[in-house]
Amino acid sequence: MKFNAMTAVAAVMLAVPGVASAGPDDDKLIINGETEIVTKAPLPAHMEDLNMDMIMSGWHFRSDETQVLEMDDFDNPGMVFVEIAQEQWDTVEGSEGKSCASCHEGPESMTGVRAVYPKWNEDAGEVRTLAMQINACREENMGAEPYEYTGGQMANMEALIALQSRGMPVNVAIDGPAKETWEKGKEIYYTRYGQLELSCANCHEDNYGNMIRADHLSQGQVNGFPTYRLKNTKLNTVHGRFKGCVRDTRAETFTPGGEEFVALELYVASRGNGLSVEGPSVRN
Amino acid sequence: MKLSTTLLAATVLAASSAMAEPVAPADVQFDEYGAVAESLTGQPGDPENGAMVMKTKSIGNCISCHEITALNDAPFHGEIGPTLDGVADRWSEAEIRGIVSNAKNTYPGTMMPAYYKVDGFVRPGNAYTGKAPEGPLDPLLSAQQIEDVVAFLVTLKEQ
Ligand code: HEC
Ligand code: HEC
Repeated sequence: MKFNAMTAVAAVMLAVPGVASAGPDDDKLIINGETEIVTKAPLPAHMEDLNMDMIMSGWHFRSDETQVLEMDDFDNPGMVFVEIAQEQWDTVEGSEGKSCASCHEGPESMTGVRAVYPKWNEDAGEVRTLAMQINACREENMGAEPYEYTGGQMANMEALIALQSRGMPVNVAIDGPAKETWEKGKEIYYTRYGQLELSCANCHEDNYGNMIRADHLSQGQVNGFPTYRLKNTKLNTVHGRFKGCVRDTRAETFTPGGEEFVALELYVASRGNGLSVEGPSVRN
Repeated sequence: MKLSTTLLAATVLAASSAMAEPVAPADVQFDEYGAVAESLTGQPGDPENGAMVMKTKSIGNCISCHEITALNDAPFHGEIGPTLDGVADRWSEAEIRGIVSNAKNTYPGTMMPAYYKVDGFVRPGNAYTGKAPEGPLDPLLSAQQIEDVVAFLVTLKEQ
C-alpha cells in the first residue's frame, strides 16, 4: 500500500499547487508566540494495544494556509465569537435575574474546566458534557431558556470556556461512575453504521493520514472544539460534527445532546487525553 | 376480469423473455470466494457509463477510495483502497462482479461498501439526509450500473 499511497500523494500535490504536504506534518503549534500546544502525545493507557503510534490533533492534517490561521488570535476567525460570548456571559437572563457572571465572576474562573469534560455529575447521576452543564446552569440557576444544543450561542460560550484552558492537557476521567457511559461510547465508535457500513474507527483509526477523495483524514479528535470551519464559516460543535460524520455513512444520525452522542463524546475525548485543549481551533 | 388477467400474464411473459428481470440483491449467487459468475442483468455492460458511475460523487464515488489512472480527468482520487490500475490482470470478470456487488464476501471486514445489498444495516438512513428511510432501501448501484462498472474494470489490463 505504501507505493500506492505515495503516488496518490504525489498526484494530489501536482493537482493542487500550494498544498505543501499531505501527511501529518511535524510543524509546531505555538499560539500568539507564547502558548505552546501539545499536538502529538503518547497513546493514553486505554489505547495502548491499538495499532497507532501516537495521538495527534487535527491541526497536523490541515494545509499550511489553514494551520497558520490558528497561530495568532488576530487571524483566528473563531475569536470573534469569543467576544460575542463575553457579552453573553455578562447578560442577565431568565426569572432569577442572573448572568453567568453573577455566580462565576469572570470567565477566567473557568480555567481547567474544558479539559475535564465530559464529566460525571454526582448530583445529577449522569455524565455531563460542557454543553449540558451550560444549559443546566441556564435552566436551574438562571431560570433561562436552554441554548440550542448545537446552536451559535452554545458554540460561542463553549469557545469562551475552552479558551480559558488553552494549552492545558485534556484529562477526562473514564473510570468510576463514568465507566459505563465510556464503554457505551466505545461501542458506538466501533459500530459500522448506515448503508455504507462505516465506523468512526474505519476512517479515523484505520485511515488517518489517507485521502478520502479531497479530504485528508485526521484522527477525528475533539480537543480543538469548538472549531471554526472555513467550509461553513462558523463555529462548529462536537455533536454537530458527529452528526455530519454519521450522516455521511448514509445512516440515520443520533440526536445532538442525546445519550448516544454524550457517550460517544466522552469516549472520543478520552482518545485525546494528553493533547492540549486547543479551541477555538481552525479547520477546513 | 378474467380476460384482463390472462392478458396481463401474457404481456409479462412476453416482456420477460425479451429482457429478463435483473437478479434481485437477495438472489445474487456468490461462490465460496465471493465471485458472481452470472451477469445481474443478462445485458452487456457499457464501459463508458461504468467509468462515469465510478467517478461521479453522487453515484458510485469509487475514486473517493481508489486511484485509477484511466479516470484521471476527474480530480481527487483517494488512497483508502488499492489502485485499480491493472485490476483485470488480478481478478476475473466473475470475481470483479462479486467485489463490486458485495466486497465483504471477498474481503471479510473490508471498508469497501456493498453496492448491491439492501438489508442487514445498522441504522440505515434515507440517503445522505441523516433521517430514517421512508421505505425499503435501493441498492447503492442498480444491477445495470454494476454491469457497466464491471465492463469498464475488465478493460483495465496492464499485461
Ligand atoms: C467516511 C469517513 C468518515 C467516518 C465514517 C467518520 N468520519 Fe469524522 N471526519 C471525516 C472527514 C473527511 C473529516 C474532515 C477531515 C478530518 O479532520 O479528518 C472528519 C472530521 C471529524 C472530526 C473533526 C476533527 C477536527 O480536528 O476538527 C471529528 C471530531 C470526527 N470526524 C469524529 C468522527 C466520529 C466520532 C465518527 C463516528 C461517529 C466519525 N468521525 C466518522 C470522515 C469520517
Ligand atoms: C470506502 C472505501 C471504498 C470505496 C468507496 C470503494 N472501494 Fe473498492 N476497495 C476498498 C478497499 C479497502 C479494497 C481492498 C480490500 C480490502 O483489503 O479490504 C477495495 C478493493 C477493490 C477491488 C479489488 C482491487 C484489487 O486490485 O484487488 C475492486 C475491483 C474495487 N475495490 C472496486 C471498487 C468499485 C468499482 C467501487 C465503486 C463502485 C469501489 N471499489 C468503491 C475500498 C473502497
